[in-house]
Amino acid sequence: MRFSKRKILDLLSAYWMYAGIALVVILFGFIGVVLFIKASPVFYEQSVSDILFSDDWKPLSGKFGMLAFIISSLYITLIAVAISAPVCLLAAIFLTQYADRRLLTLMQPVIDILAGLPSVIYGVWGIIVIVPFVSDVIAPAFGRETNGYTILSAGLVLAVMIIPFMLNIMIEVLRSVPTDLKEASLSLGATYWQTIKYVVVKKSFPGIASAIGLGVSRAFGETIAVLMVAGNVTRVPENVFQPGYPLPALIANNYGEMMSIPLYDSALMLAALVLFVVVIFFNLIARSSIIRLEKYS
Amino acid sequence: MNNPKIKIQGLDLHIHKQHILKGINLEIPANKITVIIGPSGCGKTTLLKTINRLTDEYSGVKHSGSITIDGIEVLNTRNGLTEIRQKAGLLSQRPYPLPMSIFNNVAYGLKISGRKRKSALRPRVEHLLRMASLWEEVKDRLNDPAASLSIGQQQRLCLARGLAVNPDIILADEPTSALDPLSSQAIEQKFQELSGQYTIVMVTHILRQARRIADYVIFMYLGEVIEFGSAEEFFSNPKHEKTKAYLSGVFN
Amino acid sequence: MKRVEEIFFRTLMYGAVLVITGLLFLIIYSIISKGASSLSWEMVSQTPRGGYYFGKEGGILNAIIGSLYLSAGATALAFFISLPVALGMNIYLAKYRRMVNGLRFILDLLWGVPSIVYGAFAFSIMIMVGARASLMAGIITVGVFIVPIMIRAMDEVFKTVPRGLTESALSLGATFTETSFGVLVRQCAPGVVTALLLGFGRGIGDAAAVLFTTGYTDYIPGSLSQPAATLPLAIFFQLGSPIEEVRERAFAAALLLTLIILLISVITRILSNRFNKNRINF
Repeated sequence: MRFSKRKILDLLSAYWMYAGIALVVILFGFIGVVLFIKASPVFYEQSVSDILFSDDWKPLSGKFGMLAFIISSLYITLIAVAISAPVCLLAAIFLTQYADRRLLTLMQPVIDILAGLPSVIYGVWGIIVIVPFVSDVIAPAFGRETNGYTILSAGLVLAVMIIPFMLNIMIEVLRSVPTDLKEASLSLGATYWQTIKYVVVKKSFPGIASAIGLGVSRAFGETIAVLMVAGNVTRVPENVFQPGYPLPALIANNYGEMMSIPLYDSALMLAALVLFVVVIFFNLIARSSIIRLEKYS
Repeated sequence: MNNPKIKIQGLDLHIHKQHILKGINLEIPANKITVIIGPSGCGKTTLLKTINRLTDEYSGVKHSGSITIDGIEVLNTRNGLTEIRQKAGLLSQRPYPLPMSIFNNVAYGLKISGRKRKSALRPRVEHLLRMASLWEEVKDRLNDPAASLSIGQQQRLCLARGLAVNPDIILADEPTSALDPLSSQAIEQKFQELSGQYTIVMVTHILRQARRIADYVIFMYLGEVIEFGSAEEFFSNPKHEKTKAYLSGVFN
Repeated sequence: MKRVEEIFFRTLMYGAVLVITGLLFLIIYSIISKGASSLSWEMVSQTPRGGYYFGKEGGILNAIIGSLYLSAGATALAFFISLPVALGMNIYLAKYRRMVNGLRFILDLLWGVPSIVYGAFAFSIMIMVGARASLMAGIITVGVFIVPIMIRAMDEVFKTVPRGLTESALSLGATFTETSFGVLVRQCAPGVVTALLLGFGRGIGDAAAVLFTTGYTDYIPGSLSQPAATLPLAIFFQLGSPIEEVRERAFAAALLLTLIILLISVITRILSNRFNKNRINF
């Protein structure tokens, strides 16, 4: 009686669930640990500051200065977020504060499809549209000459890619501002625009900042699309019209052949570890500030 | 009382640091309607949900003391939670039909209490829907989603579903508060018919409803049982000052 | 003055929404216009023949089938892991709110980890155990990569179910399992389907995680231990070719992948309405 079929089933499904949870939690630690262990041999050869702040990348002679890759990644991420964040913020304010609800429901599929398009498609689009655009229009306007495979192109493609991601979070954040708060401001005689500027945006500022932070981490780890348009030349870029070689592209391009060169694979693992740490860091800050925001509202 | 169905002794209940139920001692008689009244926030619903251990599903709940049904301990035992809940079903404030057809809502109760034979299901479902006075209204649309019923019909469907698991006790948490007057009346009538076979414990905040159907009344205030007695005694001759105040409408 | 400022910003906002919508159409338009001319029946019905990569005959059936195998397998694996966790977070463990929120936090972090990191991680595990690139390795990597996405997607839906519904099932004496699968999954069927398709879309579009784990081949994989080609990589590799015909085919393959993604999004919308019949609206 105590061990009826139902209860055994219940017990089994509880174990099934616990196993799933254990997997998720262990996986999280495991990724970090494995990356660290695999990356550690390179530490014995070179100091961490040499690896991170030197531009001497000569794997064949055992020199693994990653500055060129790190600077490329930073540039590209910065361009992407600098373009994307204001567009998202403006659109999110419009969709949540000004527009009819129906417009938001109409926009949702647009955002969803943009979010669902694979990274390789963005890369193809970048090659079709952005690369010629940069080489034929933007670069000449600044008096430069380039084949279009540049830091700027990668930044532009990435800017489009992270729009749906940031926009979704910003819409959610702005929607959670209580109506009473707006009404309180309006009844003090503030105009609607003043209310949005000083009350809505101010109140949701931590959430907006978090959305941007998550956008940064998304952009930082994006691989294939960036790899396809960034040019991939190992040199510290001096301006945005030069090719760049971001960290994820470094990993993707070299992983297959790295086995033959000593330490190469652990240098690449270090690149993956840097990605992991940076992404987790931004996520950690952004997520915890979103949680705090939810608690207060 | 020589034959209490539910016996509660020294029941204390905390949710996080809050003391919700304080030293409850009660003997609830079998096959009668016992009504719990009191101002909102006094712990009525919590007491009700402790009887079938639904409080287990809330975070931070700690209890001490003992509750027995038919002399069998329900509070301090790890086994048979599902059996306890089948013995004491809950009818909640607003109806929560399950996301399936009308027929399957009732059949669901039969199935989880171990009656799986398809051929036997249909007459049982009909019988239960008749018991809840719903059969005539739904007999032609048994396969429609339960959500298509009116709120009053949904509550009777929930009653039929609750009866399907063959309980001894019906716990009802303000079961008519979401219903229109006619549906409320139907539920009250049902309870009076059923009280011959079932022990019914009902929380309400409507004094007139308590007067209409109660056999026994429990008055709670700030987590304590202030007064408990037969309805006749309770309403005509309340003993406690707070009860008198409540009955005269001071707390509302 | 104030008025001018408001009009200025309102115009910018209009502009932002228009730009975003316009970008979607621009992307789809440019993929179609570039890829449509080379998309042919031959391309989707044949595997690469000899000389394919020099512009000769053949198609990318190997990559289409490979991608379908891979993402179907990964979705199934991820669903098998995700469903009980998402259910458990909302029923079995619902009362341990701090633990559940902690779990949500970890899942969100995992969601943020880029797929290239999963790929590199999985590849180094494969080296440790001496496994070679195969369909199986790809399925596991991509499966693990979409688990957090799927759990959180389902969790968000299960979270909206009112407590009263689960309580009413529990007070009938239903076990946690019966309440989870019989009531919660039924009530949230559209959301569960959406989560499944979301995972499938992620799986079929991902390139970075399969790059080292799944390998590439001109043949349709016959077993889990063989390597498999995938559409994103087919596009990626062919675009790197100096030969014009091969690059044209890459654009055609990109169009095909885009169509698959659009199809998934349409199916999601249709299915989520279809499963709504018995849903209780609160």
